[in-house]
Amino acid sequence: MPLLEAAGITKIFGKLTALDGAALTVGENEFHGLIGPNGSGKSTLMKCIAGAEVPTQGKVSFVNADITAFTPTERARAGMSLKFQITSVLPTLTLYDNILLALQAQSSLFDLVFSRTRGFLHDQVMTMLTQFRLADRAFDAAATLSHGQQQWLEIAMALAGKPRLLLLDEPTGGMSLEERRVTGELLQPIKNHCSLVIVEHDLDFIRDICDRLTVLDQGKVLASGTVSEIQANKSVQEIYLRRA
Amino acid sequence: MLKSMSVVREAIDADVGDEPDGAMAESEARQAASGRKVLPIVEGLVLLAALIAPLVLQDYLTVFATRVIILALFALSFDLVWGYAGIMSFGQALFFGSAGYGVALLARDLDITNIFLVLPAGTIIGLTFALLLGGFLLLGRHPSSVIFVALGTLTGSYAADRLARGWYYLGGQNGIPSISPMTLGGYEFSEGPVFYYLTLGILVVVYLLCRFLVRSQFGLALAGLRENEQRIAFFGYKAQHLKAIVFAVGGTIAGLAGSLYAFHEGFVWPNMVGVVVSTQVVLYVLFGGSGTLIGAVIGTVIIEGVSFWLSDNYRDIWPIILGVLLLLVILFRPLGLISFVLAERERVGSFGAKPKENEKEKRNAAS
Repeated sequence: MPLLEAAGITKIFGKLTALDGAALTVGENEFHGLIGPNGSGKSTLMKCIAGAEVPTQGKVSFVNADITAFTPTERARAGMSLKFQITSVLPTLTLYDNILLALQAQSSLFDLVFSRTRGFLHDQVMTMLTQFRLADRAFDAAATLSHGQQQWLEIAMALAGKPRLLLLDEPTGGMSLEERRVTGELLQPIKNHCSLVIVEHDLDFIRDICDRLTVLDQGKVLASGTVSEIQANKSVQEIYLRRA
Repeated sequence: MLKSMSVVREAIDADVGDEPDGAMAESEARQAASGRKVLPIVEGLVLLAALIAPLVLQDYLTVFATRVIILALFALSFDLVWGYAGIMSFGQALFFGSAGYGVALLARDLDITNIFLVLPAGTIIGLTFALLLGGFLLLGRHPSSVIFVALGTLTGSYAADRLARGWYYLGGQNGIPSISPMTLGGYEFSEGPVFYYLTLGILVVVYLLCRFLVRSQFGLALAGLRENEQRIAFFGYKAQHLKAIVFAVGGTIAGLAGSLYAFHEGFVWPNMVGVVVSTQVVLYVLFGGSGTLIGAVIGTVIIEGVSFWLSDNYRDIWPIILGVLLLLVILFRPLGLISFVLAERERVGSFGAKPKENEKEKRNAAS
């Protein structure tokens, strides 16, 4: 059984059909890229999977359970995590607090009120910050980070709850070449314990890290397969040539 | 120093959500985080002033000051709810007033005035109403909008006001007059220094408990909730539950304040549960500065103090002067009077004890 299976996802906003029967299947420990031209429905599909949008039709299954009607909180507790397209770290809090905030999401009220989580989770916070090369900035406000560092912080926060599936919406948007390279390096180690769905415009980046790709065009799946299959696919080449 | 704090706050405000302006913003944020704490000094000064007030004020002013302290306790409840959990409660007086009516009825009909019975009773009444209303407004499957909650609480308060006005048992338009004084054994708490210090003691204890709560990891979750509720939900927090808990705590404190108010004034009347008092408490907190606790206290003291003075000296036009003053502050100091001395970083604050962070801060300060 796949880890995630979204089938027949249709999303209609007023007169606009953003998704028209789109589907996505992701296996355990698989890195899956979601690509397509602007307006093809990539972000909407991500939101339908994460629970930020409710699909008009279709079904989302995760770890063998139908989660179509789950709230974001319930999806997070089931092991799904999302990094938004727009960076949404909490700018006035320190990096440390940002990570801790993510780590302690499922702690008991007692542990929160008596601040026991800070003791329990300190080592994990520092490990995450070290892993994402942010440890020396631990006690600075998140607003003082560069854009690329804020993206890393947010990926770290999304990974804090040890999700089984991480949804990344344009993680390298606005990054320098070097920052993109580092982002790829930072993502590789999570493959041991986590699957990834990634929406990204940088095709080189996606080709480097993904096992499989799904191509969306006008709300429909144009093709789905391994990276080499997709590269060889005529209709995919056409839509990218059309764009160019 | 005040100026530099204000500059830091504005610099950080400007950076929120954007790419930071390089080293400039960084150094300023570090400066703000480097441990120059203004808040404890402000809190200490306010406490000192409150402690010596009855010694220097005339008797009738001590009575007035007691009322202000009770209202400050009420304002704390709204600051928790709005300033920390981002719930716009336009009906906070519902909990304040219903507790007031509740203890007034206990005193009138059952002759119960013992402080150890009436104050817990009022507190429980506030808590119960907050649980009922909060459960209905906040605990849906999906997050409620700010407008829905604002209108829901406003409606609750308005309905309670109409009910109190129309119900003969509650005294109708006149409310319940001549409530017997609160007692402890044979002692009667009448207006004056003893009542003042009793109220101040309660305010200090409640303030410290609130401070503990908002500086805990629970407070960190609330800080996240205020900044980005959706983000918090995606981490797996039950955001609505957090809100409902704070709403209930707020209702409890408002209930305590309402029962003290009923015994101090000696009567309760429909406005006490209604929209007028609900709005008043919003103004106290916005004026002083929300999300700081001490801002709520300062806002209450200044608005009540200025109203008192203006109504004495400008008998006819004082509400207009007060209105203009409030507008000016809200227009030019949207974060309230406290923002003159308090940097944004310190307002957001730190959570729980963290020795390691202090070391780091010292290093930052030294560099």
